[in-house]
Formats: sequence, C-alpha cells, structure tokens
Amino acid sequence: MDSFTLLANGFAVALQPLNLLYALIGVTLGTAVGVLPGIGPALTVALLLPVTYKLDPAGSLIMFAGIYYGGMYGGSTTSILLNTPGESASIVTALEGNKMARAGRGGPALATAAIGSFVAGFIATMALALIAPTIVKFALSFGPAEYFALMILAFMTVSAAFGDSTLRGLTALFLGLAMGLVGIDLQTGQARLAFGIPDLLDGIEVTTLAVALFAIGETLAVAASRTTAEEKIEPVKGSVWMSREDWSRSWKPWLRGTAIGFPIGAMPAGGAEIGTFLSYSVEKQLAKRPEEFGKGAIEGVAGPEAANNASAAGTLVPLLTLGLPTSATAAIMLAGFQQFGLQPGPLLFANNPQIVWGLIASLLVANFMLLVLNLPLVGLWVRLLSIPRHWLYAGILVFATLGTIGANPSTFELGMLLAFGVLGYVLRLFGYPIAPVVVGLILGPMAEQQLRRALAISQGDPTVLVHSPIAVILLLLAVCAVVVPLIMRARGKGKVLSALAANED
Amino acid sequence: MTQQPPSTETRRPDRAALVIAAVLAIIAAVIVYSTATARGGSATRIGPGAFPYAIAACLFVLAIWTAFEAVRGDFPEREEQQIGPIVWIVGGLAAQMLLLHIAGFAIATGLLFAATARGFGRGPLWLTIPIGIVLSFVIWVIFAKGLQLSLPAGPLERLI
Repeated sequence: MDSFTLLANGFAVALQPLNLLYALIGVTLGTAVGVLPGIGPALTVALLLPVTYKLDPAGSLIMFAGIYYGGMYGGSTTSILLNTPGESASIVTALEGNKMARAGRGGPALATAAIGSFVAGFIATMALALIAPTIVKFALSFGPAEYFALMILAFMTVSAAFGDSTLRGLTALFLGLAMGLVGIDLQTGQARLAFGIPDLLDGIEVTTLAVALFAIGETLAVAASRTTAEEKIEPVKGSVWMSREDWSRSWKPWLRGTAIGFPIGAMPAGGAEIGTFLSYSVEKQLAKRPEEFGKGAIEGVAGPEAANNASAAGTLVPLLTLGLPTSATAAIMLAGFQQFGLQPGPLLFANNPQIVWGLIASLLVANFMLLVLNLPLVGLWVRLLSIPRHWLYAGILVFATLGTIGANPSTFELGMLLAFGVLGYVLRLFGYPIAPVVVGLILGPMAEQQLRRALAISQGDPTVLVHSPIAVILLLLAVCAVVVPLIMRARGKGKVLSALAANED
Repeated sequence: MTQQPPSTETRRPDRAALVIAAVLAIIAAVIVYSTATARGGSATRIGPGAFPYAIAACLFVLAIWTAFEAVRGDFPEREEQQIGPIVWIVGGLAAQMLLLHIAGFAIATGLLFAATARGFGRGPLWLTIPIGIVLSFVIWVIFAKGLQLSLPAGPLERLI
C-alpha cells in the first residue's frame, strides 16, 4: 500500500466523531497552556500527560498530537505580544514579531505566524507521511548494533553539538543516563541504584523528571531572579488580517522556512530552534529591504515560525519510525506512547497501522483546527497573557504537582519532584541545558538494551558494533558531533553554536 | 537564561563550580559502590554492571573536566539570586508533600499555592491561603470526581 492509501485509512480513524472531539480538546488545551508565558511545548505536553491516562490509546495519542501542535502555535502568540525570551523556539519570532506589535502591526504578525504555521505544518506532515514508509523499510534491516550507533549519535547531537559548552551538555546528558540506571534491570531482574527503596524499583518516571525540571526549576529561577523585567503586553490594534503586501512578502518565507525546518527536525539533531535561527538569517539575506530587520520585518516572523512548526513535524519522523526522541518534547511523547505499552519504531507501523496513520491524519486535522482556533479567536488567547505572574506560577505549581499526584499519590514521588525541581534550578543557574537530561533518562536504558542485545548475539565480541557500514558511519558522525564543536569553540567561533543552542524543546 | 558572555577580566577559581565537580565525582562513586555491592543476576555475558561502570567512569572524567574549567573560571557569570523566594516555594512544596495524606489535597495544595504567591512577593497569607484552598478544592472535584484521578481526600473532601 502506498502512503496515500494508508493516510486515507488514517483519516477514517481521525475523523471519527469521538477522535475529532479529542483532537479539539487537545488543540484547545495545547494553545491555552502554550500561550502562557514561561511554558514551552515540552512542559505543556508533560503537564497534560496525566489528563490522557484514562483514554484509549488512539484517542489519547490524537489528543497528545493536538497538544503538541497547539503548544507550538500558542508559543508564537506569547512571543509576539509579550517579549518573552527564555523559550528557545520562539526567541527569533520575538525579535521581529514584538517589534511589529509595538508598531501597531500585531495583527498581521499574528496572522503571518498562524498561517505560516499552518502551511508549514501541512507540508511537513505530508512529507512525514511520504517518507515514513521508506525509513521504516530501511529501519527494518537495522540490528541492535545499528540502533545502538543511532542512539549514540542522538546523545551526542542533543548534548554536545549545540549550546555554548560541550562540557555542560555532556554533564547534563550523563546525569540523565545515571538516572536511567535506577530501577530493575530488564534483562536480569537485578535492582540497580535503588538503595532498598521500593519506590525506586520501577525507575524514575520521565514525566516526574520533566515536570520538575521544566515547571518547578523554571518557577524557582524566575522567582529568584533579581531582574524583574517589566513585561508589557502589546495590544492588538486594528485588523488581524494581512494586507496584499503582507501576503506577497510572507509566502516565500513560509515555504523556505518549511524547507529549512523539516530536514533539521527530522535529523537526529534535536531542537526546533536551530531551524528558526537559520531561517531568520536566510530571510535577512534575501530580503529586499534588509534595513527593516530589527524594526519589525514580517519576513522575520513568517520564516522562523514556519521553520519552527516544520521541524516539530520533522521531529516526529525519527520518533515514529525509529523510536528515537531527539528533543525533550519528543522524549515526553515517547513516554506517552509507552504508558499504553506501545513502542514507536518500524514494528509499530507493521503492528498498529491504524494508530500510526490515525495519528498522522489527526495531525493534519489538528493543524486545520488550530488555524481556525487561532486567527479569529486570538483576542481570547491574548487575555490569558494578562494573568499576573504570581498567580500564574502558583497555578503552574498546583497543576505540576496535580499531575504527579494523579499518576502516583505517594509522598516519595512528591519528594523526587521537589528534589528534581531544585536540580532544575541549579542547572539553569549554572547554564546547563535541560533537554539532554530528559533525553538521557528515556534513551539511556534503551541504548543499554540494544548494546547488550548486540553483544549477546555476537557472544561478547565488541567488534560487532562496527561490522556494518551503517553503524560505522553513524558512530563517526557521533564523534564529529563532539569534536567539531570543540574545535570551533577553541577557534573562537563558539558564538554561532551558542546561538543555535537547543535549550528547551 | 542565566547565560551571559564571559567577561574579559581575570577570573578567580569558581568555588560553586568546584562543588559541582565534587558532586559529580560523588555520584560516580555512589554508582560504582552500589553496582559493586549488588548481588545476583549476572548470568549473561555482559551483565547489569557494565553500563553503570561505564557511566560512572564518564561522570568521573566530567567531574575532572568541570574542576579544570572551574579553576580556570570558564563558567558563565551568574546573576545574583534572591534566597527568600526559593525558601518560600521549596517550603510550600515540602508542606504539600508532608500534609497531602493528612490534610487532603485541597488544604495541602492550597498552602503550596499561597507559598508560591508569597515567593513572588504577593500576600497576605490570610487571603491567599483561603483562595488557594478553594481553587484546589474545585480542582479536586473536577479531577477526582470528573476524571477519576486518585487524589488523596482529607477532612474537606469528605464533606461532599
């Protein structure tokens, strides 16, 4: 069957009334939480994971996809109307978008972001549907050694390749890997690092860690910061519709942003931010009036927003086809799959095609809903921005603990939440990236399984890891991902890399 | 967020970063100790101990590297931090954790809510605690009754 037949079957799942309702709830919740300043897509998904516990797998994943896309849309509204740095994927949008809003052109800025997100989301999701079967066919030939090499590559790109310090990226990764050791060893049943505490035998929950690092760590960091920046919400004046000139200046950046964002998201390189920065500099160079950049150029909103959403869809390529999360958000989505006993990867396409293709089709549905939800109703979302910060963060903590209590109402789990929250604050304080910790926790045990499986097949011969050309190439790329940035930083080109830092998503 | 370009003036050894290096080394030592004293279950050729040892070794190398950067003062400068808000918020979380099974979800979470608002400089507590408890109670009704989430009940929740 070709992709279109499969996709059509997927629509048969996605368009069932109940699933449409789940998608609508998902995009609404996702947008609402995404709009709130200080909450990125990763935290949005982690906070709302417990809401989906009681649903059936297909409905739950459809709601999840809606939350994911909705969080991406919502973030752009925040960065345009409220100049909030700190959320890495929207820094670039804030550069030009906030300037446009200050100049009274907030409406067109929001419109070009929403329509650009729609165009990019549509094209990128179609691209996902087209290339996924090919990758799955390819991935079916992968053995444990290839998977292990692929995971090593993902580890290195997520932690070491971008950001402003190889050391701090690697340290964050290995903290996550160390946490991944806790619990019962899957192959031998031996308890590791549990120190006799029964609560630790099941290991550390990805959602507990993610919620603690993102929600509590962020709250502590904001509260402790002395520089209380004056946050001013720019009112949306005039029409939200774009003029003819806006359209003609926007459509090319949308397409270019999509073309840049999707491959970057699809590679095991992590982070939607990299694409947004690249798109911004491309638009700046191609612009007819580059002098407008920095003063509110619409191209600088259209391109990066499209790149942002395209790479969000791109991230789903390795996640669905290989089971490889390359960003914190994807890691939490993987945890979402696992709570239903589903393991993304080539076998999921073979065994549960109705779930995979239903999910992909529902992404297209969610994308359309978001366009409708965001353009005419933008005024409603803007009101969420006016929630004062103290109520906002108090509410965030209430919901963060609610999710943990709902999943496991134990004092010990809350203690871990608190401890990891403090860890998240310390990591932020010293400039450590957060995403590698989360990716390390979920991917570490998987990498160990693949390594031990490979060595069991070869009866302990470690050269099995470099027997296939694919594995060798992947491992060499992983080495490059660590060494090249080290050389670049030593030669004083580190600024480029820290500009590409994959911080949050 | 707290990253700032390193300044050009001469740097002193960064004590806090040295502490981080020490903590990393301690974590590595704990992993090695815990793995070495664990018993049973190593029937396979590469047992459950190999991966922990590898991670511990890497953490140890990272600890040395961190200490090296700390002495050279390579860590980014940090903003001055306020301690008060941290104490309030951590205290709120601790209070919720300890009171959850005694006082129930609404009261415990209401205290967390008020303590967080206080951390952001908003009071007075006699006003924010009742607001927090009412809000948490509403949440409890929605999630425990509506969505069947198992949230601990206390005296307030047993009223309905």
